[in-house]
Order: sequence, then structure tokens, then C-alpha cells
Amino acid sequence: MTVASTDVPADTVVEVRNLSTWFDTGRHVLKAVDGINLTLRRGRTLCVVGESGSGKSITARSILNIVPKPGRIVGGEVLLHAPGSKPGVLNLAALDPKGRRIRAIRGRDISMIFQEPMASLSPVHTIGQQIVEAIRLHRPLSKAEARARAIEVLAQVKIPRPERAVNRYPFEFSGGMRQRAMTAMALVCEPRLVIADEPTTALDVTTQAEILDLMKSLQAQNGMALMFITHDMGVVAEIADDVAVMYHGKVVEQGPVHQIFAAPQHPYTQRLLSSVLALESRSAKAGLAPKPTQDDAILDVTGLTMIFQPRRSFFSRKSKDEPVKALDNVDFTLKRGEILGIVGESGSGKTTLGRCVMRILQPTGGHILFKPRAEPATDLAGLPLKAVKPAWSKMRMIFQDPFSSLNPRMTVLQVIAEPLRNNFGLSPKALEQRVAELLERVGLPREAMWRYPHAFSGGQRQRIGIARAIALKPELIIADEATSALDVSLRAQVLDLLLDLVRELSISFIFIGHDIGVIRYMCDRVVVMHGGKIVESGPTDQVCDYPQHPYTQSLISAIPKPDPNLRGTTKRIRYIEAPAAT
Amino acid sequence: MTDNLGAQVEAAAPTQPVTAMTLQGSASQWKLMWWQFRRHKMAMASLVVLLLILIVAAFCEFIAPFPADAFTPRFTYAPPQRVHLFDRDESGGLVWRPYVNGYKVTIDPVALRRTFVIDEAVKYPIGFLVPSDPYPMWGGVFMPETKLIGPLHKGDPVFLLGADRLGRDLFSRIVYGTRISMSIGLIGVTLSLVLGIVLGGISGYKGGWVDNVIQRVIEFILSLPTTPLWLGLAAAMPSNWPPLRIYFAITIILSLIGWTNLARVIRGKFLSLRTEDFVTAARLDGASEPRIIFRHMAPSFFSHIIAEISLAIPAMILAETALSFLGLGLQPPIVSWGVLLQEAQNIRAISTAPWLFTPGLAVVVTVLALNFVGDGLRDAADPYRQ
Repeated sequence: MTVASTDVPADTVVEVRNLSTWFDTGRHVLKAVDGINLTLRRGRTLCVVGESGSGKSITARSILNIVPKPGRIVGGEVLLHAPGSKPGVLNLAALDPKGRRIRAIRGRDISMIFQEPMASLSPVHTIGQQIVEAIRLHRPLSKAEARARAIEVLAQVKIPRPERAVNRYPFEFSGGMRQRAMTAMALVCEPRLVIADEPTTALDVTTQAEILDLMKSLQAQNGMALMFITHDMGVVAEIADDVAVMYHGKVVEQGPVHQIFAAPQHPYTQRLLSSVLALESRSAKAGLAPKPTQDDAILDVTGLTMIFQPRRSFFSRKSKDEPVKALDNVDFTLKRGEILGIVGESGSGKTTLGRCVMRILQPTGGHILFKPRAEPATDLAGLPLKAVKPAWSKMRMIFQDPFSSLNPRMTVLQVIAEPLRNNFGLSPKALEQRVAELLERVGLPREAMWRYPHAFSGGQRQRIGIARAIALKPELIIADEATSALDVSLRAQVLDLLLDLVRELSISFIFIGHDIGVIRYMCDRVVVMHGGKIVESGPTDQVCDYPQHPYTQSLISAIPKPDPNLRGTTKRIRYIEAPAAT
Repeated sequence: MTDNLGAQVEAAAPTQPVTAMTLQGSASQWKLMWWQFRRHKMAMASLVVLLLILIVAAFCEFIAPFPADAFTPRFTYAPPQRVHLFDRDESGGLVWRPYVNGYKVTIDPVALRRTFVIDEAVKYPIGFLVPSDPYPMWGGVFMPETKLIGPLHKGDPVFLLGADRLGRDLFSRIVYGTRISMSIGLIGVTLSLVLGIVLGGISGYKGGWVDNVIQRVIEFILSLPTTPLWLGLAAAMPSNWPPLRIYFAITIILSLIGWTNLARVIRGKFLSLRTEDFVTAARLDGASEPRIIFRHMAPSFFSHIIAEISLAIPAMILAETALSFLGLGLQPPIVSWGVLLQEAQNIRAISTAPWLFTPGLAVVVTVLALNFVGDGLRDAADPYRQ
């Protein structure tokens, strides 16, 4: 840990000294930021990494003095060098959070890019109006001049046809375009420090790669300091000059990016890196892919099509909107005991596919042939909902969001016992016994059954979800983005647990995800989806290392590698869809 | 914050099964709700007031010094008496001996109006738990001979809040009115609630054309101006019905119109819960439809419904008061606050007997208390979303 010295280099923009931000909730005090020191220098990028709850975002907000209530900066200094390009040093932490002086700083000297671009842009104003406002708050420009400047900066962030885009509303933009517009807004007054709070977390990998490229080029152009908050070590390796690792509100390690990656000192940094690197290759636990024997499929999906009809209004028979084709003639086969990965970006139809196979959604057409052991095969696609019910005890689902998939008003015992109760009607005593076994199997103490889900962290909740899924000894489990809501350091643990269970109980497994690392870690075979179609499928190693389809190639090339030495070595491939495909 | 703390615990021991867990968040939902509710000062104070009002409603025969229809023609429009808590004894020292002064009555020969002057010389001692004539409690379950407060000697004129046109004790009548007005509110809301849960629940859970039809019906009912509608329905009641039947008819009329808002709230809750992952999970767990609705979904919006109910009761009470005030609601001899306020309809009442407005005060206090409690409950209803 370095302590800011008194003789600061000339290119220092902002110096954070001993900053502490606490949340006093009345019952207890949470030290969200606890005495941290950071130095942000012109033309350099500082990445702040740490898992959720480590205080990264609060640090960023403390610098701009916009800490949400009941948080308060209780000590330390945020020193802005040369505010408004005038000589001198200004302590931002001491200013009135709603005062005129700090407002003059925000946007002019320091600006911020938020994680969720849709939530941080006003939906009722055009992009142009919002950028013009940002300019005119700080500069004495006329409306026409400000507009010209807005178009200029939109061109700078590579938004196509900026003179038109300036009149668009945020909802007309895609996620990546919105984040570009947000970046344009942050850059328009040429701030000397830009704070980006997980700006790419909500984006697909290909879009993320483009935004990262953009930020790098803008920094080279404008020479501003960049504080980049992320939990993804791949992104850090891609963009950082310096790294600060946060844990529990403290900066536990700080240094140049190569040093952090090559020789991490603090045990937490070491663990963080090793869990990231673990996802770079196939898990040792995954073992060899099971040898597929002839016609040993548990699931045979042919010609599966799902068309979402738009809502019809009450009085009209026809609707104005076109129906959406979420799945377009999808075929795949799952062998018994196999782990199949389905990968794709948001909107590719992968979640719809999972939900159609489970018959949560009623597919428009096609066949889902489900062949459990010792039972005749059934085509789930055509069955009425009542007849699907028996199949639900043989195929189970693990949900993406461990927070919304567990009923907050039921204890863990009730949650896990629910499938057992409904399918076997066990006695309370037997239920309790079985739930205790299941909890211990997924690595939780048996006392956990008496608690409510909100007493558990995300990783623990996902374990509860897994226990519920395996309670009925299913033959097939579909996991929809089961680890994407978890911190990177927890992902590998949950995946290992899944691998153990899948091999131990010889379950066939479909893992739906957008993260190639996770797919490569555990899957035997991969299916790549794009626009509701399967564009490529094959053994995991083959698809990941020698992708054939241009879309797969662009997907794989966009993944940031967690090694700063590899920076710039991978060639980015852009996939531009053929017009006929749309 | 709990989750973050938990996450750190888990991260600290990545290889072993997690054994240490934070002790936070183990409280049940009702406990959390109570903690949150207690922080709302106004709601807590209102809750106390509300409990007192409910006690009065439950034990009105015991609390009222006189029966609701006991009248003394000598004391028409007698003003309220001040309660003196201490009296001078023979030696001139102060002693605890509550009393009220008597009246000196003179009749104005021109206007034939009685004028009351407080007579300092006459003292009527009053006290708690005083003997009285036997009266039927709870419709005659038993016949006690004790009242909570009243004159120590039977028959002494004690009018704490004055008397009305027929010389009836207004305080006793307000106490009796509490029972009728509160019960109209509670019964009416219960009926609305049943209608609201059934129709709102069907609307939200089924969706589609059922939802459309029910929503259009609700919009139609909401678009009708309520007061003329009540008036029309109340006027349609035969005038020769006994008071008790009128009482129930009025309750039903009020709840037939009052269910719409509750139905909308419940539909909204169903709609938002229907897409939650845990409801999908329950379906995949093989739970039956009723089990999904009552075991999985209902606990998530029970607290909201309670809050909505406590906000709907005041509307009922006000509606009853308005109808009775206009003479189309409850009819004497049933005593409700609205019926009592009928007495305060003319100029004479305002000029000579302003205490006839005190039932209005009871309405205001009750409605405000219910609203504050409802507000507090609504804020406390979701302790998890913080």
C-alpha cells in the first residue's frame, strides 16, 4: 500500500487521502470506505477492482461528493489540483454536497459514467438536449454552438450519423450506443478526470470490447485521467495502467498493472486472480466428456420455434407490431450425462430456448423429445400443461437471479422441501432430514434451514437454489445463467459444486450463459446461438479454440484476456450480419 | 448490507463449507414490519388512539353514563359541564372529590327558550365505577349494574358534552355512535375485501379477456359520481324497513362501491408477482394452483393488503357519515356519528348549541388516526426492499 507523499508529481489530477465514508443506519455503522488513498494522474487509467460490497462505487461517489444517504464522508480529503484550470488545490470532501462550488466541479473537472445507461439518461429528453444542457451549465455558449459541440462529441465517440443521433431519444439506441452517448456527455466539457463505474457490466462482450477500445482511444486523444471501476480482471488487464484492489472498504493492494498480475502480494488479490485464471481453461473436475453411444439421447429437440405475438389492444383485431421470432427452427440433442453449454448474447434466444424446453413457455412449433430412464419418451412440446407436470420432477431448473428465485417469505427448509412435499408427500420429520442432507451436500450448515433467504449472500443463495434443483434426483438440469449474478471469486466454487453433483448423480446438464469462460470451464459441448438460430455447435475446445462461424469468431475475440501482456495481441473480429439474415 | 457481509464471510473461507453466518436477518417478516412501524411516531400515537376508540366501541354500554335514548326534557340544549377534580372540604383544604356544578334554569318568556347558568352552589359528585340501573350489555348477554363513569347518585344531571334537542346526553350518544360507525367501517371493508380479493385476484392471475372485462367494470364504477349513486341506492330502500335491516343494507351499498380500489391493488400485486422467478420455481416444484396463490404469492402481499384496508376504513366511515347526515343513511333510533350530526344541520344549533358538532370531532380524530396507521403500515409493509 502506498501513502500519498507530500511532493506530488506535476501531472496529478485528483489525490484521495485517507478518505472514509460511513453508513450509519442507526443500529450499526458500516464502514463502506475506510481510510483509502488513491492518486489519479493525467493520461493514466486507474482500475479499482473488488467484489460487490467492497466499497468501489462509494469511493467513486465520495470523490464527487454524491454519497447516497445515510452515507457520509466522515474523514479524509479529496484534493483536486488546479480546479477550473486555475492554480491551487481544492478539497472536494469539505464542500457542501449541494453547494454551487461542487456543482461547478461536477461535469467540468470531473465527470462520471454510470453502469446502467438507460437509468442514467433521461427518457423524455433527446440525447442532444441532455448533452447541450451539460455544456451550457459550464460554458457560456449559445444553444446553436452547444449543439454543434454536441454533434462533434457524438462523432468523437463514433456514433454513426451524429447530426441525426442528436435528435434521438435514449430508447431508440441500443445498450452500446447509449453507453457511447453517456460517454459523450461525460466528455463534452473536457474534464480532466472521468470516473467510469462498471460502464460495461450491463453490456454484451462484443459491445464491451468496443466501449473499452473507445475509452482507450479517447484517453489517448484527450489525455484525461480515467478511474475505471470493475470486478472483471479481464477488463483490468485490457485497460489499466495502475490497479487498486479493494476489499472490505480498504485498498489492500495498489500498483502498476503488470506488477499486480505478475506478483500479487495480498492474499485476497492472489485469490481473486487465481479464481479468474481458473476460468481460463477446462476444469480438472470436468474430466473427459462421456463417450456418446448410439441413440443415448435424453433430450432431442427438433425444429423448435417460438414466436412472440405482440399484445393486441382491446378493440382491434390486428396489431401494429410485427411478431417476434425468438427461436427459429432450433435443433439439438443432449446425450445422457453430457454437459451442454448454450452461449449467446442478450436477445439471441438462449433463455427462451431453456424456458421452452422446460415448458415454462409454450413453443409455437417443433418437438421436444424427452427420454427419461425406464420410461417411454414423450414429446413435451405438444402436451397440455397438466401432462407436463410429471416431467418437472425429472428435469429441474436453476435460475439466474438467486435473489428473486427464492421466496423471501419462506424459510430455507420450506423452499427446499417444496418439491419433495408436492411430489412425495413426506412427513415433516423425513422432510427435515432430507433437507439437512441436501444442505450439507451443497456446502451449507444444516442450521441454515431455519433462516429466511435474505440472511444469505448471493453465493449461498445460489447453493440453496442448487439444493432445491437436486432434491428430486433429477435426470436433467437446465441452469440459466446460474453464475452470472455472482462475483467472479465465487463463480468457480459454484461451478465446481455443480460439476461434482452432475458427475456424482449422473445428471445431464444444460448450461445457458453468455460467459465463454464459464462455458469452457465445465461444458463438454457448446451450442452458439445468434438471432434465435444455432450458428455453430461442437465440442467445447474445438468451438473455443477454432471457431468456424464468423459470429463465434467475433464473440471469442471480444473476450478480454486476464493477462496484461497479451494486451493488443488478439485481433478483434467484427461480425456484421448479412442483410438477408435480419 | 446483510448480503455483502455474508459475501465477505463466504469469500474469506472459500474452500471449507460455510459455517459462520451473520446473525442478522433471522427475524420473521412480522417482526421486521413491527420494527419499521415503531419508527413512525405519528403512526404509533395513532395506533394508541385507534385502540382506545375500538375499546370504546366494544364496551360502549359500560362506558356511556346513560342509555342512548334516555332523555330529560328539563335539560334540552344544556351546555357541557366543567369537571372539577378537587373540592374544598369542611376545613377548607383541597381533597380529591370530582364533581360537576348544577344548572340554574330560567325560561325566557318571549322566546320560550331555556337559559342555563352554572350554579356554583350545587355540586353533583361524579366518579368511576358507579352504580346504575341494570342495563343490557352486548344485546343482553348479561345485565350489569355498574357504569365506568357517571354521577355517584343515580339521576343527577351530568352532561359532560352537553345535551341535545331532547335533553339526551351527547357524550353517551357519541360513545354509542362509535360502535355503529366503526362497525360499518369494518364490516363494509370486510365485504369490499372479499369482493376485491376475488375479482382482483382473478383479474391479475388469469389475465387476458377476464382481466379486461373486470378492469372495464371497475373503471365504469369508478367513473360514477359516488354521492348521487349512494343517494339513489339509499332512496330505493323501502322506508318501512326496520333500522337493523337498513343498517346492513347501507353497509352493503357502501362496500359494493368500495371494492374497486382494493381490487386494483390486489390485481397489481398479482401481476407483478406472477412473473417473479420464485413463482415459476414453485410451478416447477409441482405446486398446485391454489398452493401457488395462497402459500407462495399471498404472503408477499398480505402486509400491503392490511395497509390498504386501514386506509379504506376511513372512506367507509366518511361515506356513512355523509349519507346519514343527509338523512338517507341510518335512521334513528340507531345512533351513529352521522345521525348525531343531523342535529347540527341548522343555524340555531350553530348559534346556541355548538357542542352538537362534537360527533364531527370524533369522525375527524378516527379518520386521521386510521390514515396515519395505514401510512405507517404501508411504509413498514416491505422491510425487505431497503
